[in-house]
Amino acid sequence: MSYSILINGARRTADVDANMPLLWVLRDVLDLKGSKFGCGAGLCGACVVHLDGKPVRSCQLPVSGVGQAAVTTIEGIGDTPLGKRIQSAWLDVDVVQCGYCQGGQIMSAAALLATTPHPTDQDIDAAMSGNICRCNTYLRIRAAIKKAAAMRSADQGSL
Amino acid sequence: MAAHPTSNARPDMNAFVASRRTFLKAGLAAGGGLLLEFALPAMPRAAAATTSAPGDALLGAYVRIAPSGAVTILSKNPEIGQGIKTMLPMLIAEELDVDWDQVHIEQAPLDAEKFGRQYAGGSQATPLNWDPLRRVGAAGRQMLITAAASSWGVPAAECRTESGRVYHGASGRSAGYGQLASKAASLPVPDLKSVKLKDPRNFKIIGHSKPGVDSPLVVTGKPLFGIDVTRPGMLYAVFQKCPVFGGKVVKANTDAIRSLPGVRHAFVVKGGRDPQGLVDGVAIVADTWWTAEKAREKLEVAWDEGPTATQSSAGYAETAVQLGKVAPAVSLRSDGDAKSALARAARVVEAAYSYPFLPHLSMEPQNCTAHVHDGKAELWAPTQNPGPGAQLVAATLGIADSDVVVHMTRCGGGFGRRLRNDFMAEAAWIAKTVGVPVKLLWNRTDDIQHDFYRPAGFHFFKAGLDANGGLTALTDHFVTFGNGRQVAASAGMGAEEFPAQRVENLHYGMSLIPLGVPTGPLRAPGSNALAFVFQSFLDELAHAAGRDPVEFRLSLLDKPAPTSSRGGDARTFDAGRMRAVLKLVADKAGWAKQVRSRGTGMGVAFYFSHLGYFAEVAQVTVARSGEVKLDKVWVAADVGSQIINPINAENQVQGAVLDGIGAALGQTITIERGRVVQANFDSVQPLRIDQAAPVEVHFLATDHPPTGLGEPALPPAIPALCNAIFAATGKRVRQLPIDTGDLKWT
Repeated sequence: MSYSILINGARRTADVDANMPLLWVLRDVLDLKGSKFGCGAGLCGACVVHLDGKPVRSCQLPVSGVGQAAVTTIEGIGDTPLGKRIQSAWLDVDVVQCGYCQGGQIMSAAALLATTPHPTDQDIDAAMSGNICRCNTYLRIRAAIKKAAAMRSADQGSL
Repeated sequence: MAAHPTSNARPDMNAFVASRRTFLKAGLAAGGGLLLEFALPAMPRAAAATTSAPGDALLGAYVRIAPSGAVTILSKNPEIGQGIKTMLPMLIAEELDVDWDQVHIEQAPLDAEKFGRQYAGGSQATPLNWDPLRRVGAAGRQMLITAAASSWGVPAAECRTESGRVYHGASGRSAGYGQLASKAASLPVPDLKSVKLKDPRNFKIIGHSKPGVDSPLVVTGKPLFGIDVTRPGMLYAVFQKCPVFGGKVVKANTDAIRSLPGVRHAFVVKGGRDPQGLVDGVAIVADTWWTAEKAREKLEVAWDEGPTATQSSAGYAETAVQLGKVAPAVSLRSDGDAKSALARAARVVEAAYSYPFLPHLSMEPQNCTAHVHDGKAELWAPTQNPGPGAQLVAATLGIADSDVVVHMTRCGGGFGRRLRNDFMAEAAWIAKTVGVPVKLLWNRTDDIQHDFYRPAGFHFFKAGLDANGGLTALTDHFVTFGNGRQVAASAGMGAEEFPAQRVENLHYGMSLIPLGVPTGPLRAPGSNALAFVFQSFLDELAHAAGRDPVEFRLSLLDKPAPTSSRGGDARTFDAGRMRAVLKLVADKAGWAKQVRSRGTGMGVAFYFSHLGYFAEVAQVTVARSGEVKLDKVWVAADVGSQIINPINAENQVQGAVLDGIGAALGQTITIERGRVVQANFDSVQPLRIDQAAPVEVHFLATDHPPTGLGEPALPPAIPALCNAIFAATGKRVRQLPIDTGDLKWT
């Protein structure tokens, strides 16, 4: 069946089985490799994308469930000021080790900061505990989220 | 064993050093400019498994300088998250004397003739490359100076370099490297041994933090990993193996599978006995990976499960307890007379320790893309060990080594799992069968249930203390795994294991339990288990002796041990270096001033592995329910004179410490009926962010060559945690993973 999906601001078409998870449509049909396969069971967060700004596990979402929602992936999040700040903070802090999970981490962080501009450690833990980093870069993930939050404050001229 | 765990990926370092004849070739790069190739021609043939693709002839561990002055440096080893793609070029760029932002870095191809062995393992890249790669850079700099001096008719000795330019002070002349590169390339190459290296005080790149060179691509989701590879006309494969290790296919409903929509091929693969190569299974090849994966749900296979089906973790534990009651089958070390000394001791402490099988859980599941045609194989593989992988593919397909090309991709974690290349053999075989490019991808259950596990182990200790709290005797009966007299991979222990040679009467013995489960190196192999066992038992002894755990350890390190080389390593374990980091970490953690209260405690441990000296203090808070909360870890480390890339060094240490904590808190692999019980991240848990506590890292610079950081921070983290739990609760953790149900207190 043919699905027309709004992805990172562009309309894309995929002729696939209705049950095919969005992750595999993105990766293997539309050649967007940034969303990663880690567990296939919604346990690791490597596949997180946004659906109308809300974080979802794309490995658990059938393509038929996307509907008219706007999909944002790690390839597109940098087009938003918030996403760009987070990516920049990730680089400043040098979070990355292997990097495999970091797309999902950034997508979860972007969803957190969109609703909680100045998160506490507890806010960060609650929002990010669904994302596994097997290299254990968690201390730097926390630092980068706080840095991105502070950059927003600086942009706005307030703290 | 601590410093040299069993691994087929580990070259014999002594042989390596003895046979190493570095030389440098210079020539004109394609497009003009200086090309420096650094080569290790005497490397064992075992590593020379492939040839470059057409057009790759000029690529090597080289420096290429374009007429514009842009510098390209190749990084030779696989990147698995250890930061090597950034660090190795830093060594060359420093001595070449170029600015880091002038440098472009590329992954080198697999080419043993140019690079020697290219692998990620044993934290060895730093000690093996610190000197040779700086000399490559220095030789290039010298040639550029010579080119400039001869152009200007001035003595080379009057010239200096800075930021990619050669200067002659007296005449005020200068020229950029880009202008000089063509002429420099025509000059004879200086003797690498005689090139002048910088005074470390003048380093501008080494010792200065350089963020990961690929990180901008990572954070924007660019395709970098093995799983991201696509080839024209590519199909996708899954490979179902027998859940029981060593099981064989009797029959499978491949005809029915082949008739499913989107499925192109389904066939039985007959493999061999070695789990490091191709084993029996059923391949399903489809238009998308998800289609192949869904088809697997309909797959019905009759297996001949074979002899391992009778094995279980419970059975191993029962056998271990029985073996622990009798004398060890093999003596590893015997000093003095431990039996008599125990009989004379004022106090005898006995304890049994054990730890489980562990998986690697690299975030990127095992995968490989292969195209086999016309008797040649081309593979794109996230592997830590591409040379042996290429050889395995050649042997599996029955083609020449020279007909296999392996492209190294970035690896989504390694931790030792990708030192084995079984997934490459599978991809190659499936691709050969179907004739078009195929991407084989394992699902998470495949990954957890077909690993090469950190072996479980059991230690039965006795120790004697004299009336003054001195340690007079110690015995360990190590019950581990192996078949016949062959110890399973990564399941051994060295005769030098600390506190050997520091206890007058000491006996280490070993007995083996037959094992059908594949084992292999996991980050800090051997050490990641032995540190827990020995540093925990030493803690017990300190408390039994009524002595401070830091003071007790320092007193053992103070004892003279004139021949204490460790684990077959040529370099001597230097107790003075360990004393220094132990004192430093105690100071930084405020050990002497700690406030003791029920439910909160500090624990200390040290360990020497991979040439690194690490002492760590953990502080925990244990709730009355037994729930463990890590408050903080302090680390003091001596890895020599120079931290090459500080920002990554700290990241590696913090990650390794938390990796150890995560394994101790949440990970076990259970064998039942010859198969693994755990299947995904719900039943075997890596650490998550809400469990991560600050890790404060202190490097102590000493006058020794720099050594690696991927592994040695991990081993002491586990006993530091367990010893802290004892301090908080009075409950001794003698079995991993930590069972918080055992830690309740009132």
